[in-house]
Order: sequence, then C-alpha cells, then structure tokens
Amino acid sequence: MAVFTSRKLAPPIITAESKAFFDAARQSRFLIPTCTACDRAHWYPRAVCPFCTSDKVEWREASGRGTVYAFSVMRRVKEPYIIAHVTLAEGPTMLTNIVGCDADHLRIGQAVTVVFQDTDNGPPVPLFKPI
Amino acid sequence: MELGDLDLAALLTKLEIEPYADMLPGKGELPGMTVKGRAYIAGIFEHPTRLAPDKTVAQLHAEVALGALGDAGLTRDDVDGYFCSGDAPGPGPASMAEYMNLKLRHMDSTEIGGASYIALAAHAAEAIALGKCDVALVTLAGRPRSEGMATGTAPRQRDPNQPEAPWEAPYAITTVNGYAMCAMRHMYDYGTTSEQLAWVKVAASHHARHNPHAMLPEVVMVEDVLNSPMIADPLHRLDCCVISDGGGAIVLVRPEIAKQLKRPLVSIIGTGEAVKHLTGGTFDLTTSGASLAGPTAFAEAGVTPADIKYASIYDSFTITVIIQLEDLGFCAKGAGGKFVADGNLISGIGKLPFNTDGGGLCNNHPANRGSMTKVLEAVRQLRGEAHPAVQVRNCDLALAQGTGFQLATRHGSATMIMERE
Repeated sequence: MAVFTSRKLAPPIITAESKAFFDAARQSRFLIPTCTACDRAHWYPRAVCPFCTSDKVEWREASGRGTVYAFSVMRRVKEPYIIAHVTLAEGPTMLTNIVGCDADHLRIGQAVTVVFQDTDNGPPVPLFKPI
Repeated sequence: MELGDLDLAALLTKLEIEPYADMLPGKGELPGMTVKGRAYIAGIFEHPTRLAPDKTVAQLHAEVALGALGDAGLTRDDVDGYFCSGDAPGPGPASMAEYMNLKLRHMDSTEIGGASYIALAAHAAEAIALGKCDVALVTLAGRPRSEGMATGTAPRQRDPNQPEAPWEAPYAITTVNGYAMCAMRHMYDYGTTSEQLAWVKVAASHHARHNPHAMLPEVVMVEDVLNSPMIADPLHRLDCCVISDGGGAIVLVRPEIAKQLKRPLVSIIGTGEAVKHLTGGTFDLTTSGASLAGPTAFAEAGVTPADIKYASIYDSFTITVIIQLEDLGFCAKGAGGKFVADGNLISGIGKLPFNTDGGGLCNNHPANRGSMTKVLEAVRQLRGEAHPAVQVRNCDLALAQGTGFQLATRHGSATMIMERE
C-alpha cells in the first residue's frame, strides 16, 4: 500500500477554548493543556480540568512525541487515511490521523511524532508520523 | 437474596469486574427504591418492514405504537406516558405526541444513541413505580436504508457546540473505524482473533434462518466472515450489522393493569445505565459502559450472570458483543473471544443463547439503533413466543444490553434484566 500523504482536512472549529491552540499551531507549536492545580495534562483541551475541576489550566508546549494506542485505516474513500488514538509522552491519549507511513506495516506501539498539516481554509491541525 | 444483604464488592469480585468499582455504592448503601416488581412489559411490537420508501418516520412510529398497544390489549387512549429518543421526528416528544394525538402526564426523551430504548424503558418503569403514569409507550423508528445513509462509513455531522468538535472533526472518524480500533486493541491486549469475532456472526445467522423477516437469513460459517470484504481492519463486512428501515415499540404498565391483561407477566427487576467517555485522555478501548451499567442492574435484580437464561446483546459489530459480554461478567475481561467461539451463543447448543431473532448482524437495525429490538426478543423469549427452533426452555430470566454512539470515543450504555412470573 502506498505511502499516505495528504487529504483535504476539514478545518477545526475555532472557539474560545480552542483559539490559542490553533494560533500556536500556525507556528508549528504543539500545546497541550495542563492543570497547575493537579499538575496533569488532559485531552481534548478544555478550560476546566477534567481531573480536579480547577480552572487553573495553562497551555504548555509539548514534546510532540507519542505512541500509537490503536488505529484503523479508512479505505472506502479515494484517498485512504489512518485514524488513530496516540498516547502522548505527557500522558493523555488523543484522537488524530497517522501520515507518512505504509498502513500495512503500522503497528500498535509505534513511536510517532507530531506534524502539522493545513486544513481547508483553516489553521493547521496536529497529525503524527512514525519516527 | 434481599437487597439489603447484597455485598456489591463481593458481587463484583465474583463477576471479575473491576472498572468503575470505586464509583458504586458500598455495602448497605443501595437505594431502597427499586423498579423490581413495580412495572410490567405488557405489549411489544416489531415492525415487519426492512425497507419503507413509501412511509414516513412519523408513520412508522405510530404503526409500532399501535402494534404494541394491540399486543397488550390496550388502546391509544390508555397511554399517559410517552418515551422517545433522537430518532423521533421533531424536538423531544412533542411532535410525535401531537401526531398520535396523545394526552400525556409524563414524558422523557433521553438520548444515548442506540442504548436509549433500554434506558427509556427503565425510566418508564421508574415513572410507573412513582405513580407518574400508568401506561407508558416507548417507540423507535427510522428509515436509514431508504434515505441512503452511508451509516457506518461516513463521518457523522456534529453540532459545532459539541466541545470535542474542534479536536475530532478534522480526523474524520467513522463509526466502523472507531469500532475497528476497539477490536484491534482487544486483539493486541488479549489475543482475540478474527475467527473468534466471526463466531458472533455465525451464531446470529443460525438464529436468523428461523426469522422470516430477517434481512440476512442465510447461515454463514467462520470462513464466510473471514472471506467477506475487509471494511475496516480487522472488521470484515460480515462483522458489521445491517442497515435497515423499521422500528419497534414497548408498552409498560403498572402491576394492577398487567394482571388484568391477557399477556404473560414480564417484569423489569433491574436496570443500569452509563456514559463512558475518554475521561480527559485516560481510557481503555477494550472496556465499555456495560462495565458500570451491568453491575448496577445485576445488583438491583439480585441475580448474577450465571442465572441469566437468555441475553440480547447489542451487536452493531461482532466486537461490540464480545466487549459487552466481558463487561457484564459473563466471562472475564479478555476472555470474550474464547467465550463466544464454537457456537457458545447458539440456542440449543451453547451455554448463553443470544440474539435469537438474528440481531442487528442478520435481522434488522432500525434507525441504526439497536436496543429496542434487544428488549423485544428478550420479551419474546420470556413469554415463550420466540421461534420454536430458538426458544430457550424455561426462560424465566433474560437480559438486554445496549450501546449507543461511538465505542471508540463516547458512548451510552444501558442494561435491563427482566423476569417472567
């Protein structure tokens, strides 16, 4: 199977809770929300910590490293793509796409790193590629 | 067993269930209020259609409603409680209440996807127990097949105010890919095989051949499932449920009314419901909300999985069945693949007869929501009205389990245990 490159990604919705993330994404900076009260990172990002309910959540620049927790190849479209949950080095697991690899050889546990890809008339979003 | 004597911690240990145990009440803290013996399922109806291009969704709702009322020996004018979910046209119950010209004093429109109808039947039983209504009607209907919905293989539309939307929409997750991720992780963690998944479909097909309304009445073998086209690795086409039009309805009544009607007495003795989500990014895709809904229902009913004679298990995909069977305690977590193999779910052959109507995998999946038909077949089994070839002998205790939305992100779950008196 061919190497997966790109497909047209739907633009993310910019909200009061997502704007800072996507502003940073335009500079290829990958932020994850971290609660300063309980010192835990979470995903998806929100203004209230899902673990301790504190509103002392701040954006921190993340390593962009992670491992594939689970994935599935969407083959029933012209340009197949890989949907995955990736467990970040900072703790939380996030839904994403995997690019830049042969889907037939991808495995759970594969080490990956973040790459940003432009969306259709919107800011870039984080995808991951094998290291 | 008296409810007050129930030691939940001991029960959970016995069931080999760990998840969410810390969220359950401790010994002696069970609520005194229970639906047990306070509401009966008096009427059921499953629409025979599987393709309804010439009917409206509202019309289908009304037809199943009248069918279930007729089955109970009641009429539209007896209904004073109405329960519906997101498949009912219009916001909440208002449009359908008007269409059927119902006069209501109680209503509920809980939306937890395909699990809604078990939850709604439970809420109806609760309302009856509290005297909020006497005759409760629950309906489901839809036409995804006529409307040409690419149900499982296209990303679903989202409300832009859903808080997860900015973080998920660009990645275009589809229903089948989400469930495939759960299956792949289950294989990775527990060594579950495609052959074991296939046995779920094989068992369903052995039952469907006796159902004249089933969309897929042909018996299939494990090899047939493995040789069917791959839809989303590791799920083949025959690991996926059908897309069908149709619907179903349930009528619940209070005990005094049930005993005046001419139908077998089927009561609800335990219910549970849950929403399982991604908990801030710390989750396990091999466990479903049934790990919470199930123990709650068993605790209320005062029975264990070993007591259950028949189980309706929501089967959007074969993996959905395996994960829920584990979470309900029919086998240990991770042992579901072995549990379903070699015909263990086939009526008359295996230890746990399941989905004797053919289920969503072979019979129907109206409105892409599975838990209504799960209750209907469980009631048929309890009444002794299942097809003779699949009827479970002395079936006096049955379970129905539903899952709704997306197993790989956030989903609803509901469990109901029913008893024939």
